[in-house]
Amino acid sequence: MSTIVTLPDQETARLPKLSYLNSEYGLKSWLLTGDHKRIAMLYLFSITFFFFIGGAFAGLIRLELLTPLPDLVASDTYNKLFTMHGVIMIFLFLVPSVPATVGNFVIPIMVGAKDLAFPKINLLSWYLYVAGATFLVFALVTGGVDTGWTFTTPLSTHYLNTHVITAAMGVFIAGFSSIFTGLNFIVTIHRMRCPGMTWFRLPLFCWSNYAASILMVLGTPVLAITLVLVMLERTIGIGVFDPTKGGDPLLFQHLFWFYSHPAVYIMILPGMGVISEVISTFSRKRVFGYTAVAFSSVAIAVFGFFVWAHHMFIMGVSNYSALVFSLLTMLVAVPSAIKIFNWSATLYKGSITFETPMLYAFGFMGLFTIGGLTGVFLGSLGMDIHLTETYFIVAHFHFVMVGGMLMAYLSGVHFWWPKMTGRMYPESMSQLSAVTTFIGFILTFFPQFIVGYLGMPRRYHAYPPEFQVLNVLSTAGATVLGIGYLLPMLYMPWSLKYGKIAGSNPWQATGLEWQIQSPPLTENFVDIPIMDHEAYDYDWLAHQTEHEVTTVG
Amino acid sequence: MHISPVLWQFLVRWLTNSALFPPEASAISPQMDAFYFFLCAISAVGLIAVGILVFGFSIMYRKEKNPVATQIEGSTLLEATWTIIPLALFMICFVWGALLYFRIYDPPTNAMNIYIVGKQWMWKAEHPGGQHEIDSLHIPINRQVQLTMISMDVFHSFSIPAFRVKREVIPGRYSTVWFEATATGTYHLFCTQYCGTDHSAMIGEIVAMTPEDYQKWASGSTSGASLAQNGERLFASLGCNSCHSGEATARGPNLAQVYGSQLQLVDGSTVTANDAFLRETILNPSTRVTAGYAPIMPTYQGQVSEEGLIDLVEYIKNLNSNYRIQQTLTASQLSPGQGGASTSGSSSPAMNDRPQQTLGAGQGRPAKAGKTAPSVPGTVNQ
Repeated sequence: MSTIVTLPDQETARLPKLSYLNSEYGLKSWLLTGDHKRIAMLYLFSITFFFFIGGAFAGLIRLELLTPLPDLVASDTYNKLFTMHGVIMIFLFLVPSVPATVGNFVIPIMVGAKDLAFPKINLLSWYLYVAGATFLVFALVTGGVDTGWTFTTPLSTHYLNTHVITAAMGVFIAGFSSIFTGLNFIVTIHRMRCPGMTWFRLPLFCWSNYAASILMVLGTPVLAITLVLVMLERTIGIGVFDPTKGGDPLLFQHLFWFYSHPAVYIMILPGMGVISEVISTFSRKRVFGYTAVAFSSVAIAVFGFFVWAHHMFIMGVSNYSALVFSLLTMLVAVPSAIKIFNWSATLYKGSITFETPMLYAFGFMGLFTIGGLTGVFLGSLGMDIHLTETYFIVAHFHFVMVGGMLMAYLSGVHFWWPKMTGRMYPESMSQLSAVTTFIGFILTFFPQFIVGYLGMPRRYHAYPPEFQVLNVLSTAGATVLGIGYLLPMLYMPWSLKYGKIAGSNPWQATGLEWQIQSPPLTENFVDIPIMDHEAYDYDWLAHQTEHEVTTVG
Repeated sequence: MHISPVLWQFLVRWLTNSALFPPEASAISPQMDAFYFFLCAISAVGLIAVGILVFGFSIMYRKEKNPVATQIEGSTLLEATWTIIPLALFMICFVWGALLYFRIYDPPTNAMNIYIVGKQWMWKAEHPGGQHEIDSLHIPINRQVQLTMISMDVFHSFSIPAFRVKREVIPGRYSTVWFEATATGTYHLFCTQYCGTDHSAMIGEIVAMTPEDYQKWASGSTSGASLAQNGERLFASLGCNSCHSGEATARGPNLAQVYGSQLQLVDGSTVTANDAFLRETILNPSTRVTAGYAPIMPTYQGQVSEEGLIDLVEYIKNLNSNYRIQQTLTASQLSPGQGGASTSGSSSPAMNDRPQQTLGAGQGRPAKAGKTAPSVPGTVNQ
């Protein structure tokens, strides 16, 4: 069993005459489209826009923290900055990032379908996203909101006079967008697989998005309910969370984290799917232990629902319930460890090349390992007492969400960019941006672990001067990180016109999406494909290319 | 793998004295730091393992070196290995962490108790001897100190990094944390739960002093009336003593020595009368009526401040007999205008060994009228 890599000759590649991009023209053809690929593009534009805004807020936060004194912005402004940074990055960027863009684009093609099960619901989910985002932008431009992204009661219900309801409404609506995306994926993966595409022939990207979709569909309604209760409490004072009316403020914490912990897996699981695809493709090897990786996604989704109270270890929950949640938290760490080791083992005896998606995937593995292991610190009850609510937490979830998820997202966008646009991104430039991002990231967030152990609380506008050195390092790193993120925003649009023409399978990857033209036709496949081999079957691919007259493009 | 204890000691000392660690100033700190070293060590091992695999394979099997990939299905044995080893390590973390957690959050029985009230954006500390502090907390070293904390508005969190302890301060319910300081000095106190505009200004200092200095400070800073004395006045002025008179025919239960006892409620359940129970019962009496009594007590929700509740709780806590209640009652019946302020401190021996306890301080001395009183020597040890 061996595979020889023969990359197609890109000189001969031509852009196809007809594709989803040029089948129709005009704004209306985009805004009323039912095509999952066009909707993915709409999402790509929107989330990139909000990533830019959220990133700008992050830059201001780091700039303020350059000095120990509160000298750049006022306290309230600072509180609004980190709140809007969190809300935008989580609800408008991370949650939809991989599923709604890359997932939307490739999942129907991967399973051999012409579109998602409900194209109109798919479009509706984008409009809901835009509606939710509009509420948040409205809250932002009319003065912002300063509840923290967690909307913690009773602060959010009784003690703030900012646009809490508008912002909560925005998140509420955006939540439905994510429910619809999840619903669509679940139905598509169940019902629309092409002949021969059994569950265990699905690419791992589908498995991890399927697991994330279940979390979206089951978890997001709880967030919606919680936000409705916050809004009702704020407007008519129903007193569910208000202790003076017999309510329980801890109930809010339970409800909120019941969604928001699984939300972490909603964000990271699709990213893990990307890594499986990328590692396999660039080492020209099937993923080591397909079943283990597939089921570890499901295990994460299942366990993920039963660990929420690890956000509340210091909040006076019973010591024994803390014990149970700590144990379950340790268990949920295991499937992630399995994935990391299986990806490493995939490299063994591969034939590895280091294109940009692979570099980002390596970045993911390093940063996610650190993020995951520091999660074990926080899951260990006693250690959590000292570390929670400090910069250690901030560093931990940025390692997972930004170091992990954003790396995976960028890896995925670069990986499928040739498929989406038909053109290659500039390779050396993007390799540079991958390395810059990695270095900038480490420099930004590693010092925060140390300053967190020293005790610097999160969400602090001013801090004792002895923490300054580490904060200066962090701010310096953020500058580098910012450059790392700006580069793709420049060269990706550039490549739309000047990038080399990609051809249908520039990476010699095995997925069904690489067996069709790039960019694909509106209906994806001319004939319904028949799957007659396992996922990641490079022998089949080698065999296929041998017998084929070179028809790249 | 064996590491020499001397070398280990040296390493720990060197690391904990470096700028990468907060000062180790409580009994729990060295334990927390040891656990932290362990976690850092397994993280380093895990990271290095992944690093070696990724970098090693990337070099050995890069395309130039290995143009032909060998397809491998997987290996159940290997997968089992890297399931079980991390699981075992995580279980060690779980057990170690749980032990530490129970140590930090299970209060010792004989700790000295200090009350903390958090509000936007200040910390108020109330010592039983009547010393009040804002944004600072004076404590003796080598003594177990328990904090009973409550918030008047939003969630706050009381964090002392040098002691490695932290606990959420919650509106509407008491939470507790304890520590034993081991080194004198001034340490940071942070509010770590985001609480609005001046969250980052809700800081203060913990002053850990030798017991002698603490005595001096306590006697120099008392407001003149202990919390229990304030509670007594409040008890009388709210009219609590008209029902909780301690007489056999009284409409309310006898409160003497009720603290810490097991109570049978009308719904059949049994509860321990702790701080939280007392506070909750004053505010919402109808939800927890003691068996044998009618649910006639009115609610005091909104009528007593958190500080007042602390005074009342502290008073009831220290109530060993009903003698003072009856005396107060008699006094208020004789001269209603003066209420509880005219009681004499002639009996009621102080019930615990708190050094700054002033309840029994002035045998035979008429209680002074609150804040205007000259400093009362608060240093009577029983």
